Amino acid sequence: MQYYEALGLEPKLALDLEDLKKRFYDRSRQWHPDRFSRAAPEERQRALDMTATLNDAFRTLKAPVSRAEYFLEESGIPIPKEAPPELLEEVFEFNMALEELRGGDGSAREALLAAEARFNGMLTEIDASLEQLFPRHDASGDRTVLDEIRGALNRRRYIANLVRDAGKELNVHVAN
Amino acid sequence: MSTLQIDFSAAGGSGGAPQKIVGIDLGTTNSLVAVMDLTSPRILSGIVPSVVSVSDKGEVIAGREARDMLITHPERTVYSVKRLMGRGLADVEEEVKLFPFRIAEGSDSVLKLRLGDKIMTPPEVSAYILRKLKHDAEVALGEPVTQAVITVPAYFNDAQRQATKDAGRIAGLEVLRLVNEPTAAALAYGLDKRKEGLVAVYDFGGGTFDISILRLHDGIFEVLATNGDTHLGGDDIDNLLLKIALEDIHSEWGRDLSADPTGVQLLRRAVIQAKEQLSFVPEAVIDLEYSGHRYQRHIGLDLYDRLIQPVVGRTLGPCRDCIKDSGVKIEEIDEVVMVGGSTRIPLVRSAVEKLFRKRPHTELNPDEVVALGAAVQAAILSGDVQDKLLLDVTPLSLGIETLGGLVSKLIHRNSTIPASATEAFTTAVDGQKNVLIHVVQGERELVKDCRSLARFDLKDIAPQPAGMARIEVRFLIDANGILNVTARDVRTGKEHSVEVKPSYGLTDEQVEAMILESFEKAEADFAERQVREARVEADTIMAATEKARKSEAYDTLEPTEQSAIDRAVNELLVVYHGNDHVLIRAKIDQLNTATEVLAHTIMNTAVSRMLKGTQL
Repeated sequence: MQYYEALGLEPKLALDLEDLKKRFYDRSRQWHPDRFSRAAPEERQRALDMTATLNDAFRTLKAPVSRAEYFLEESGIPIPKEAPPELLEEVFEFNMALEELRGGDGSAREALLAAEARFNGMLTEIDASLEQLFPRHDASGDRTVLDEIRGALNRRRYIANLVRDAGKELNVHVAN
Repeated sequence: MSTLQIDFSAAGGSGGAPQKIVGIDLGTTNSLVAVMDLTSPRILSGIVPSVVSVSDKGEVIAGREARDMLITHPERTVYSVKRLMGRGLADVEEEVKLFPFRIAEGSDSVLKLRLGDKIMTPPEVSAYILRKLKHDAEVALGEPVTQAVITVPAYFNDAQRQATKDAGRIAGLEVLRLVNEPTAAALAYGLDKRKEGLVAVYDFGGGTFDISILRLHDGIFEVLATNGDTHLGGDDIDNLLLKIALEDIHSEWGRDLSADPTGVQLLRRAVIQAKEQLSFVPEAVIDLEYSGHRYQRHIGLDLYDRLIQPVVGRTLGPCRDCIKDSGVKIEEIDEVVMVGGSTRIPLVRSAVEKLFRKRPHTELNPDEVVALGAAVQAAILSGDVQDKLLLDVTPLSLGIETLGGLVSKLIHRNSTIPASATEAFTTAVDGQKNVLIHVVQGERELVKDCRSLARFDLKDIAPQPAGMARIEVRFLIDANGILNVTARDVRTGKEHSVEVKPSYGLTDEQVEAMILESFEKAEADFAERQVREARVEADTIMAATEKARKSEAYDTLEPTEQSAIDRAVNELLVVYHGNDHVLIRAKIDQLNTATEVLAHTIMNTAVSRMLKGTQL
């Protein structure tokens, strides 16, 4: 996997953030285009390409969620874009509250705030479960763990969108 | 080749130290050039006002002289051209009303300014400022300057950056790097003395506002987030005061001054003086005497603060967004640095202190710090400075237009640059020959709310059924914050050509044409300037000689010495109106030699008189 290679790492889901940073800074010092401004054009282009990849790699790998998404994608396991069935009822109520608030019904605000808090709680839970799943996969290389991670990421993406929508609506009305 | 360059190569010797790379702060109001000395950066010459004017003879002038022409020839003088860089007509329509010059016809994708009978684009205007800086630097260094680092506001978009780079090329400078102004300032402040830390740079200049938050780590300056407004600065405060003064004058003098460009520019100058005073004293007067009338308005700090509060307030939103994007808490920020002339305003300082809960750094001259930082970055590029490295970010998200006028984001804002993204494209109908990619910059979801950057045309696709072609396009934002697009045919593995149509700005061909044209002109301009400068020098020495002839010391000279002076003056007068600056300078030297004894005698007389004076 290119991003791991760029940082001189074996593809693993659990990473030590401090080590990652150190690798990024060391390689930046070595490969940044600033170091090659008087070099031949091909060498300059190479420094530019390598640094771009290094930066893309660090940005992707430093956050657990984008790291896992990248890892799955590279492993040929696309993350589905569907509503997780276990959330359907919750989402239905949430959308009702959202509509009511948009329609000017202030009493829906409470329900929306409560839903937002619940969703945020779920996100924290999912993040914690990912922290558990990462080393489990790294130790065993078990693909069923990747499936579990895929499920968690799908849920996470979906919920994060709901939180964003709620935030948008709640903020609009606060500003009034 | 110009004579000067031949002179330089002779003086500098061949195969010596490589040429210096200069650092240039191309500001809205003023510009500066600096260079790295052994241990620290230094400003190379005086402040060059960012003003360009066209003389009666059609000659283009930049800097201080041009600023004076703002009063005498306002209709063909440009100031604050930075605010027009990389922008379209619709962006600046409001603003242009306040400028004394006019926009020429045909300003569709590139603005064209009409100055007398000359028509120039903003990059060409900026190139004149850069040429002046280049020349000043060459005089100060005694060697040619061909490579530069130029600073830009961190929040400049792709078109604005490209326009700045174009200006450099037109001026005969190889722009090795565009560096963001707040980041440059952080470099100049030597903040890396602290090994680790978080720094906020608040940069409020003549026309632009930037805020950047950086993490320092062992000589690495890593920008975490940046935000700003490329249309917010001291100019906006000037315009506020100007508006009030114009209204006053309308009712006091019963005349609308705004239709009189010279009057407006004189008033603008008076307004700026009052504004600058209000940074140091609690009351100032806008004072204008013009066409038999006098206008005086006292402005106290209270009123001034209330007036400019909205402008200052507009900087705080971007600050909060930037802190949020950087992922740090406000109390974790260790240092706040103030940059740009507008940070001298007391209200600005107190607003920043209140927001960051920290007294900001104001030790370095806010007008110079960006140029100094650019010189440090130049030294990083030349390899003279090796323990520092700048990791900057792109200020705006980059995306492409997808079905329904939606934006699909490829590179998010605040991504460390260079940054890249790769997307695969294919055809929608059988035999389709080209694919057009519309690239935009901005944070909004709809194309119409973002800034159109360019259209990239993948041409000459081999005819095949719909959906069969596979062209992989790489979008790469380089270390200058400028987008590069390359395409590759996945099946053949061959590079696919991409034609770029910038939405705002010059095409490569246009820039090339301007470089060619300016090259021819530059030689003529340059020779002319050499002659003019030599004449100024001749004037100075002849005036001094004339004065010395009336002194007692002159009478003490030998007759041969006196006649040698007369001869030298006459010979200088003979060549004075010619066009050969080398000859003029030779005669100046001759006169210098002839008057040596006289100068000594005068000096000695003055000294002995002074000594006598002290004895009395």
